[in-house]
This record gives sequence, structure tokens and C-alpha cells, in this order.
Amino acid sequence: MYSMGSNARIVWTFLLCGVLIMVLTAGVLISGTTGIDAADVWRAVTGGETSEVCRVIVRDVRLPMALTALLCGMALSVSGLLFQTTFDNPLAGPSILGVSTGASLGVAVVMLSFGGWLGGGIGYYAGILSGAFVGAAAVLAILLLFSSLVKSNVMLLIIGILIGYLASSAISLLNFFSTQQGVHSYVIWGMGNFGGLTWDRLMIYAALAIAAVLSAMLFIKPLNALLLGKRYAESMGMNVRRVRNSLMTVAGVLAALVTAFCGPIGFLGLVMPHVARMATGTANHGVLLPATAIIGGAGALLCAWLSVVCGGGQIIPVNAVTPVISVPVIIYVILKGRK
Amino acid sequence: MDEALIKMRGVSVGYGDKCLVAEVNLDVSGGEMVSMLGANGAGKSTLLRTICGELVPLRGMITVGGIDTYSGGRTKLARALSMVTTDRVDQEGLSVRDVVAMGRYPHTGFFGRLDVDDIRIVEEALSAVGMTGYIERGIGSLSDGERQKVMVARALAQDTPVMVLDEPAAFLDVASRVELNALLASLARERGKAVVMSSHDVAQSLEQSTRIWLLTGDGTMTDSTPAELLDAYASDQNDSPLGRLFAGRNVVFDIARLDYVIRKK
Repeated sequence: MYSMGSNARIVWTFLLCGVLIMVLTAGVLISGTTGIDAADVWRAVTGGETSEVCRVIVRDVRLPMALTALLCGMALSVSGLLFQTTFDNPLAGPSILGVSTGASLGVAVVMLSFGGWLGGGIGYYAGILSGAFVGAAAVLAILLLFSSLVKSNVMLLIIGILIGYLASSAISLLNFFSTQQGVHSYVIWGMGNFGGLTWDRLMIYAALAIAAVLSAMLFIKPLNALLLGKRYAESMGMNVRRVRNSLMTVAGVLAALVTAFCGPIGFLGLVMPHVARMATGTANHGVLLPATAIIGGAGALLCAWLSVVCGGGQIIPVNAVTPVISVPVIIYVILKGRK
Repeated sequence: MDEALIKMRGVSVGYGDKCLVAEVNLDVSGGEMVSMLGANGAGKSTLLRTICGELVPLRGMITVGGIDTYSGGRTKLARALSMVTTDRVDQEGLSVRDVVAMGRYPHTGFFGRLDVDDIRIVEEALSAVGMTGYIERGIGSLSDGERQKVMVARALAQDTPVMVLDEPAAFLDVASRVELNALLASLARERGKAVVMSSHDVAQSLEQSTRIWLLTGDGTMTDSTPAELLDAYASDQNDSPLGRLFAGRNVVFDIARLDYVIRKK
């Protein structure tokens, strides 16, 4: 393996994350608002003798929640990594660049304007999904437009933040003119939720998220070349503009998917690539990209578990948890980069 | 080396309406080391960028290894010409090995996987610049001189007949500068590469290069060997290329030092 982090360190990172994911999944399965002891959970998972209520809670509520969190963490973190490398900026991420907010605006339009009309079935989800894609695509289109006008990546980041504010203000307006019920469901959605998916919706989400993460893996070679800077990348035969547009599209799709299914989850996309860099010690995307995916999955599971055990009988919003574990990492990255 | 590697025909370079260097008709063959000298703003970087295909020539055309540098296809050009830019590469988490291996980009497949030959070429490139022992080091932990040698090794690993370097010695101390120039001269001499670089180091360029391009800032460029330049200066101090290079500035060429010194009253 051509990378700076030693092979042993990389193998240990992946092993440890694998174990962590299993432990945290078990944690999510045995914790919850209803007390079920570990033995019953085990029986429910393995199909042993247990009560119907217990089986439904473990299999149809907690297991989908764990899987949703895992996929969300993978998708958001990979999205963040793609943005960071593309913009050569350690503070880039789907929520910072306004992509998540754009997706939220799309969802808000669908939920608050057409919510009653779409009903509650699969059409409603298709509506939310399309809303998120259109919203994220709109922000990406604006970012791409500015990326050809603005040379500095820092300026582009600031433009992304500003677009995010614009989208937020549009969301506020939509909420202001919406029905009380619509506002309530939007606010709940906006807090982030890993627990809202039934198995059939989870399958759609899983298929799309895994496909998008795998398509990110196709860009390992150009992602590495981008680490040397745009001029070197171009001098080695890379079409920088085309690769950058493709990368932003994949990153945007990943962020839009998560936003549509779990709400606008903050911080994970920005932070998890840094955790992956610290853990593996390499910037080589052949290692870093899969490591970011698996560490992001573990991080989101940790958030899911904390949202259950810290609620004291209730599940608290995911977005109340993500900043608590993320902000210290971001501050550490900023302080380290200051040197 | 019968066929020239770089061919410039009626080339003018600049930005928009502003032409910096006009009507260049030159060839560079394998084995030559060309140093480009001139004041800041005379167009050295612009000409280099145009040779590399980053900028389109205002007029004329440039081919490298028979490939039009602006429209000849990126990968084809990347197999003919490698460059060392002034961009600082100090990304954390990239090893010397990672950076040099990146030079194989135009030769490897979709996923950039290195085969046995690629790995051998990477190791040879590092050994050519005398940096073998640094292969596991982080690129950010190197001194400026060491990092620049690694960037030359990366260009070597790209395995191109032509190498273009934009002020490769800019941030180096004297020892590193001399070593780097000697290294580049030996790459031209012993490996038959065509090396084109811009420089501010007049003495080093006169000693190490086979040819000197002087950009006088009035839109013309002279092409001569160091010996021709020195002979011309010896016969007419004022009206020779070296005499005119910094005309109007308060410096004068000193033939004993091979460098410019302050004009004495």
C-alpha cells in the first residue's frame, strides 16, 4: 500500500471501527424508551422465543434506526471528504457549504406547500426525496457558477455559507405562512432523526446511499492528484474542471439523500474525515475514503446511541448530539492548522 | 537527438491584449538545459505556462513531442511534458512515496494502481535526486530544498522527454540551489531530457545551462549559449543581450562573477 500511515495502523483502524460498529449497534438495540433486557433483544434478533412487542420494537424500530444511522454517517462523511479535497479546505462540508440547507429548503417546499396534497404514503417520500435533490442541486449549481468566477476556495466557502443563510431565510418564510401542523412536522424533521424509516423505505435509502458511496470510490485517483493542487493535477493529464464538477455532484447527491431520509444532520460530514485522517495518518484516498466511510458510520451510530441513552426515557434529536462530539474535533483541527 | 522535442512557431504569449513575448521561433532538443532569465514581469512564467498548455498562445503554435500543447489532449501531453510549479506541496498525510508515485498518473489505469514497473520507476526517480532514504517521510516534514528535489523526482517519475520548471530554486539556500541546478543539468546531459526552467540565478544559469533565453521585457527574447552571451558582452558591454537585460536599472553585469552587481558611480 502506497501511503504514509503504516499498514498496521491502518489495519487496526479498520478492525477497531468494525468492532465499534458492532458494539454500538448492540448498544442501540438494547437501549430505548421501552426497557427490554439484553437476552430478549438477542432472542428477537436471532428469531428466538420472545414477546411480539419485543420483536417489533427490536426488529422494526431499533434495528432500522441503527442501520439508518450507519448509512447516514457513511454518506455524510464521504460527502464531507469529497468537498474538503475538492475545495482544498479542511472546513468544507455539506452543511457548511449550504448544500444540506438547500436540500432542507427543497424538503420544506414539499412538506409545507404540498404536504396535504401528497398524503402520507410513498408519494410523500418521493416528494421529499425529489425536493431534497432539487434543493441540493440548486445550491451546487450556484457554487459551481461561482467556482468559475471566484479563484479563492475560502471565498467560495463563504459564498456557500451565505447561500445557506439565504435558504434558511426562505425556510423561515415558508414556515411563517404554513399551517401549524406543517410547521410542527417540519421542525421535528429539521432536528434530525435516524428512527423514522420503515424497512421498505430503509431498503430504498440503503440502495441509493451505497450506490453513491461506491461511485465516490471511482474518484480515488483524481482525488489524490488534487492533493498536489490544481496545476499539478492538470499537468498530469487530469481534466480538473470535469472531475471537480463530478465530485461535487456525487457529494451533493450523498448530502441530499441523507437530508431527505434523516433530516439535515449537521457536523458529521465536516468532522469525520478529520477523525479518519488522524486515525489512519494518511491523506491517500485509497485508504482515507473507505476509512472515512466506516468511521463516519461508527460516529453516527454513537450519536444515535447517545440520543437514546441521554434522553431519560425519550429519544432526543440527533442534531442536539452531533455538535457535542464534533465541535471539539473542529477546534482541534483549527488549532493544529494554525501552526 | 535529431528531432526537436519542443517546437515554437510564431509564438506570442501574454494575457488578452497584453503581449509579453512576441514571435518566438525556437526548437529545443533532447539533452539541452535551457534557462530563462529576465526581470519580474518580463513574461517568464507566462511563456512557461504557455509551453505547458495552461495558457493558449496569442499567436502561433507550440508542440511538445509532436503534440500541440493547448489542444493535443491532456494525457498525451502529460506523457510528453512534466512540470515543477511554484505551488507549495505540504499536505499533511502525504509521504514522499505518495507524491512521487503521483507522477505515474498519466501511465496508470482507472484506479491509479501501481504495477511492479511503476514502483521501480518511482524508486529510481527518488534515487536519481538522492532522496531514497526519505521515501517514508511526510512531505510536510522536509526542508524546502528536500521538498523541491522530491517534486523533481515526481516529474521524473512521470517519465517525460521534456521537463519544465518554474523557478525551481526560488526558496532554496545556496547549497540546495547549486545541487538542484547540477541535478537538472545532469538529467539533460545523461538522460537526454529537454529541460526548460526559469531562474533568477544568473551565475548558476550561465554555468550549468546549454542555452539561455533572455527576456528583456520589450517583448523580445534572445536565444544563445552561455559562451555566446559572454563573448558578446566582452566585445560590447552596453549593446549585448546581457548588457541590455537590466537596462535602466542600477546594476551592471560583472563578467568575473558571472552576475549582476550594483553600478559604481
